[in-house]
Amino acid sequence: MNIFDIMGPVMVGPSSSHTAGAARIGLMARRLLGEGTPKSAEITLYGSFAATGQGHGTDRALIAGLLGMKPDDERLSVSFEWASAAGMTFSFMRSKLSAEHPNTARLDVESKSGRKLSMTASSLGGGRIIVTEMNGLHINFTGDLPTLIVQNVDQPGHVGDVTGMLAQAEVNIATMHLYRNHPGGNAVMIIETDKSVPRDVIDKLSLTDGITRVIFIDGERNG
Amino acid sequence: MSMESLAELEAACKDQDIFDVILNSDCVERGVTREESFEKMREVYNAIRRAAGRYNPALRSASGMVGGDGAKMRAYVAAGNTLCGDYIGQVITQALEMGENNACMKCIVAAPTAGSCGVLPAVLLPYQQREELDDDAMVRALYVAGAIGQVIASKASIAGAAGGCQAEIGTASAMAASALCYLCGGDAQTICHAAAIALKSLMGLVCDPIAGLVEVPCVKRNASGALIAMCSADMALAGIRSAVPPDEVIMAMRDVGDKMDVSLRETGTGGVAGTPFGTKIAEEMGVEL
Repeated sequence: MNIFDIMGPVMVGPSSSHTAGAARIGLMARRLLGEGTPKSAEITLYGSFAATGQGHGTDRALIAGLLGMKPDDERLSVSFEWASAAGMTFSFMRSKLSAEHPNTARLDVESKSGRKLSMTASSLGGGRIIVTEMNGLHINFTGDLPTLIVQNVDQPGHVGDVTGMLAQAEVNIATMHLYRNHPGGNAVMIIETDKSVPRDVIDKLSLTDGITRVIFIDGERNG
Repeated sequence: MSMESLAELEAACKDQDIFDVILNSDCVERGVTREESFEKMREVYNAIRRAAGRYNPALRSASGMVGGDGAKMRAYVAAGNTLCGDYIGQVITQALEMGENNACMKCIVAAPTAGSCGVLPAVLLPYQQREELDDDAMVRALYVAGAIGQVIASKASIAGAAGGCQAEIGTASAMAASALCYLCGGDAQTICHAAAIALKSLMGLVCDPIAGLVEVPCVKRNASGALIAMCSADMALAGIRSAVPPDEVIMAMRDVGDKMDVSLRETGTGGVAGTPFGTKIAEEMGVEL
């Protein structure tokens, strides 16, 4: 924990785990989906999010995040009205099934162009979050560091494509994890880096054969 | 932070100002310049002051239990017949208002947590006004408070779910006591002992939020935490020392948290949450704990 984890975050109350963390989960889903504010969102709350979420504004915080609001944005408390204004429909369900962590939400979102994303994430306390599932793949990343997410066909060479380009751009890799559903199927690389990945690297990777999508999450935890 | 204990922090301050030690440590840890770090902390202080200025007595929390008490206290203090006097009255008012801000979904600074966000502002804002200090002094005090919080977080906990309310209001009170000591010119030893005295005073405090919400008894405990910070700082500045070494006080606090029943650690089932009143509120809100 650095000193700003103690003196912060600056956030809309009442709870860093149930409110600020929830807003960050919504914001993360918005970034992973891309294309701005989603057209629709179906959200399932688990554990303590399901039990005490309403009184903590967890529902409003998740919607606020999907609308692009940060945890310190006071519009968070009236985010449902902003969602109507932005034309985003949403629904909430509460599940009694146990999740890995007590403060967990699953989001099924669809963009205006029809792209779909499912994401499961948990709030760890102090506003920190972890994403544990994306489009059915079990993954793990927090977004604390700059994070490059590359979706590709599971075939030889793509790890080399990505690491080669990062090396050329002098971006050091802090951690790297690979996931796939089955051999030759859908694969995901989650790469945490020590500095931002330049725009042209992201664009070039996006155009590489076999790479279906590239997402970059800047590691500003407050963001 | 490189500092693992209060003893280590105190030793590092032998020939350096405690603020410099902590600032340098942040620069090394996060790879930033002194200016970048300081400006980021200045933003934190600005956010605290902004939040204090935006109190709205008309707001009510999700359950309806919290809201408007800050305004009641302010009016009572203004009438001039308090037991504690005008200055302490301002401290209590600020603590309540910030706690209510948080419960009513306004922007606050979690320091160290959202539920305990009223303690530091309550001791710092009235003090700055009374002593006519510039913002730089207050920002330096936030570093001192933050470092004390870091040591407690690493050796024990700052989460109610792990250590009870002693870990939240207790830590906030220790941080506030240390910040006040720093502003009053206390040395590192005085600062660490003020923190230890505050922690001991709140040791054993359980986390028992009604319906699991950061409302009751959280808001009012911010006022108690602020006053314990002030009397702990005054004792330390008078030269009084914690008989138990400060690091051992933190160890004891951790031990107490470990021994605390789970019903008393933010589950909303024990303490005042478990009373007939608390249970009724939870039922009315449809909360299944």
